[in-house]
Amino acid sequence: MKKRSTFLVSTLAFGYAFLYIPLILVVVYSFNDSRIATIWGGFSTRWYGELLQNNLILEAAFLSLRIALTSATFATILGTMAGLVLARFGRFKGRTLFSGMITSPMVMPEVITGLSLLLLFVTLQQLTGWPGQRGFSTITIAHTTFSMAYVAVIVQSRLMSMDESLEEAAMDLGGRPLRVVFDITLPLIAPAMIAGWLLAFTLSLDDLVIASFVSGPGSSTLPMYIFSKVKLGVSPDINALATLIIAVVSLGVLIAWLATRRVKL
Amino acid sequence: MRAATAKRNDELWRRVAIAAPYLWLLVFFLAPFAIIFKISLADPVIAQPPFTPAFDDQGNFSATADNFAFLLTDKLYAVTYYRSVLMAAAATLLCLALGFPMAYGIARSNSSTRSLLLLLIVLPFWISFLLRVYAWMGLLNNYGVINNFFMWLGVIDQPMQLMYTDFAVFVGLAYSYLPFMILPLYASLERLDIDLVEAAQDLGASRTRSFWDITWPLARPGVIAGCLLVFIPAMGEYVIPYLLGGSESLLIGRVLFDEFFVNRDWPLASAVAIVLLLLLVVPIVLLQRYHARDQGSVA
Repeated sequence: MKKRSTFLVSTLAFGYAFLYIPLILVVVYSFNDSRIATIWGGFSTRWYGELLQNNLILEAAFLSLRIALTSATFATILGTMAGLVLARFGRFKGRTLFSGMITSPMVMPEVITGLSLLLLFVTLQQLTGWPGQRGFSTITIAHTTFSMAYVAVIVQSRLMSMDESLEEAAMDLGGRPLRVVFDITLPLIAPAMIAGWLLAFTLSLDDLVIASFVSGPGSSTLPMYIFSKVKLGVSPDINALATLIIAVVSLGVLIAWLATRRVKL
Repeated sequence: MRAATAKRNDELWRRVAIAAPYLWLLVFFLAPFAIIFKISLADPVIAQPPFTPAFDDQGNFSATADNFAFLLTDKLYAVTYYRSVLMAAAATLLCLALGFPMAYGIARSNSSTRSLLLLLIVLPFWISFLLRVYAWMGLLNNYGVINNFFMWLGVIDQPMQLMYTDFAVFVGLAYSYLPFMILPLYASLERLDIDLVEAAQDLGASRTRSFWDITWPLARPGVIAGCLLVFIPAMGEYVIPYLLGGSESLLIGRVLFDEFFVNRDWPLASAVAIVLLLLLVVPIVLLQRYHARDQGSVA
């Protein structure tokens, strides 16, 4: 390994500073006693206390968690099937459309996805009476739709990089395709499915725009609540909430990273 | 007998595995586009839902191109689409200029630091998008960190107007989408064989020459994928222009959102979405082709 050029090292340093300084400042200011969020008024943890007393935040967080758990699970089931189909089923009628529909939701601008799903729900309601009320179920369907695409791509690339010989050997020994899938393929792709579930879970917790379109009155998810507050400007309790989220996510990612490193060593 | 049942089960499994995700996407992804298109041809009315049905009580079909005509004639929309393309392209270029050397540096670092550097690129993905945009509000404010810092240094004595400007939107877009640029770039630079570059340099090629003749062409799939992954979602961005941009610096994602929620003009919002989709068809198809080729080359 040759000495790295100063240019590369300084760009890396600048890039990481660009990515992390804004987040670090939010963490620092969450311990600011002053109500005006950008003026330092001494160290305090009062905003964390206020956070726990805010029922609206807790309700919104609970709804978001329920939606994220449900939609991530559906997305993992459907996405794993889709990934299997794309990687192992070869050609079938309508395959091009299928793979197009898998990759498009990932890049589709959120305003388009949100608007189109809302118009679908409104049309369905006119025709069938369902969904009578928009909220948990409609948001869950919307989140399942875009996050299953991510799961499918993760599972597909895992299968593509994996040797088919184990599955073929099982087939040669007389294993039925369905048994082979459950006994060989699924255990092999389990790490990809877990990664996909976690990503789907995070994407759901994170989504503001699509949820705003397809939710109804009275059902606010956590990002919708946060957005309604930060529209009015920087606010100290949102700093505290952001710090909690950053702490939980960093801890989780760090543990996952250490765990996978140990496996590799 | 049992073998026949098993065989039937296998065939059934195959069909279910294809049909379940397929039907889901047809109903919840593809069908909605037909509905958007249908509603973009309707007239707005004050009713629930606020548009005229395609078939009236007598079963007569009605459709109008008024919404599209309005989009084409009202200069506001043309300007907004144009500004959105420019803004997304500028943010994409900034991401590329910063992301390319970063991805290159990561790909060339030794393997123990590499996984940590990659982790630090992926980490912001898992932290809320909304909160990351919000973090910039505290930086760019008139009394925010950047202004306070420069006033403390004595470089300026009045706060600079950074918030609610195009500059803020530009920085916010680049900040939020930078990881989308770095990851595909890293993937293609990591596969690049460093021996090729060294061979070229041993044979007397300058560093610039070996970069443009070897590194750049081999990295191009990653460059294309990264640019598309930043450009496409940036075109329709709503949160960033809303929180960081000024009220007069409109981008199309925000116009669509306001047309729908504030003016409650569903047909016009649908027409705005259709035109945005048409603008994005080419980049999306390019990305699909790249993705298909990439999966093919792995197999």
